[in-house]
Amino acid sequence: MMGFEKFGHKSFTSQTKVNAFVAALESNELKGTKCISCGNTYFPPRADCCGCLGSDMVWINIEGPGNLLSYTRVNYAPTGFEKDVPYTLALADFNGTKVFGRLSSAIAKEETMVVMSLKAAVVNLPDGQITYEFIKA
Amino acid sequence: MSKDVAIIGVGQSAFVRSYQGSIRELAFEAFREAMQDAGISTGDIDASIICSAPEYDNQRSPSGIIAEYLGLNPQPTFAVESVCSSSTTGIRVGYSMIKSGLHDLVLILGFQKMSEISSADSQERMGRGADIMWEAPFGTMMPAYYAMHAQAHFASYGSTEKDLALIRVKASKYGILNEKAVYRKEVKLEDALNAGMVASPLKRFDCCANADGASCIIMASQARAKEMAKKPVWVLGLGSATASMTLTGRDALNGLTCARVAAEKAYAMAGVTPRDIDVAEVHDCFTIAELMAYENLGFAGPGQGAELIRAGETYIGGKIPVNVDGGLLSKGHPIGATGGSQVRTIVQQLRGEAGAIQVPNAAIGLVHNIGGVGVYGNVIILGR
Ligand SMILES: [Zn+2]
Repeated sequence: MMGFEKFGHKSFTSQTKVNAFVAALESNELKGTKCISCGNTYFPPRADCCGCLGSDMVWINIEGPGNLLSYTRVNYAPTGFEKDVPYTLALADFNGTKVFGRLSSAIAKEETMVVMSLKAAVVNLPDGQITYEFIKA
Repeated sequence: MSKDVAIIGVGQSAFVRSYQGSIRELAFEAFREAMQDAGISTGDIDASIICSAPEYDNQRSPSGIIAEYLGLNPQPTFAVESVCSSSTTGIRVGYSMIKSGLHDLVLILGFQKMSEISSADSQERMGRGADIMWEAPFGTMMPAYYAMHAQAHFASYGSTEKDLALIRVKASKYGILNEKAVYRKEVKLEDALNAGMVASPLKRFDCCANADGASCIIMASQARAKEMAKKPVWVLGLGSATASMTLTGRDALNGLTCARVAAEKAYAMAGVTPRDIDVAEVHDCFTIAELMAYENLGFAGPGQGAELIRAGETYIGGKIPVNVDGGLLSKGHPIGATGGSQVRTIVQQLRGEAGAIQVPNAAIGLVHNIGGVGVYGNVIILGR
């Protein structure tokens, strides 16, 4: 199984019990988890449920369209992300499930606005990393 | 309203871009001032609590070396961390130690020497003060997180970039008067509005500067305070709360839940309301943070914070003077030292020793100190 270090423009974590998140991205799907015992749903996905203390989870799809809750276009970046500047970080709501990520650079600054309709799309980065971004729905 | 624990000494180093000395020497500057302020000697101190964000420290376990340098062996010492709110968390722990009867006199020393690493590195390390699995891989940093709160506040309530600029103008007016502040130049409204964008909508003057600095607070039991201090300042209320570190776990971004809940707890413990507060220090690491604080602390209703700054009500002479020492925006923000510096300002106000920035007859003051982007919230209410 693929390690979690493949997720993101730059990874800070190599091991997690939800590694399968990366495999789902490779199959073009954005997934969260759902607790079999109590029904709590989680995004980002979790291996353990803090609602009922259970650890029996199933994968669920995060599907659009969603809405943009907030965003920022950054002109400075932390170490390791300098070449990406400027980019837009965003929080979106998909039917009550919130997802953090970047907004596609194809969305012009002028048309970016809170509540705009979005969907998530998987992005394969040139260096072999994999991530997702928000595109217009 | 209980008067069980008091603050009997406060001190702070100058906050500077690059301190020409070691962390132990930096700590000593704040320590000496607080000890002289309290008029006590090291043998009087029962325990010390050292507060800093360890990602900046080359020294592992800095409490050991700092307690040694301050002459506080063999008394107990340990470290407390909640990023930018570390030193008010230290005060919370110190309060508990005194109130429990374990100790009579506790020293809380906050410090940070941020200048040893580059600004990009420091942003990366601070960015890792957010969720490293699910957010940092997108290239997050502190200004970006607060910028997303600003954008959400604008969208919810119609607040504007000009409202944020007005907050910086106020900060600069008072920063000029603070000889320990890192930034002491006037910032005009046009300067703030025309400055380069850092993370939209936050521009250069919406952001505080990194700084090196130290703060020191000495707390005492009621009996010791009455015997040792001419003007003890009492801890009337302490509120602490947390919120999801990952943004996806938050209900909304137009305020900080941890601050709102911490404030409710502090007001309840002190038995006072927002209207009773005469002067406040709020955690303005970014201008939007001060705007949200007005609302989260109940100085204004939700969405009505901008009206306070538009009407000048948070200046001295207004309804509720806020950050009249220049705030983090002018003083700089040496992470582990910041909360103690805020407490020092309020203590001086309540003693009537604040000089040019004295709020007339200030009797009850409030400190709002936030760790991370709304992860840890500490609110302290002090009275004379
Ligand atoms: Zn469950």
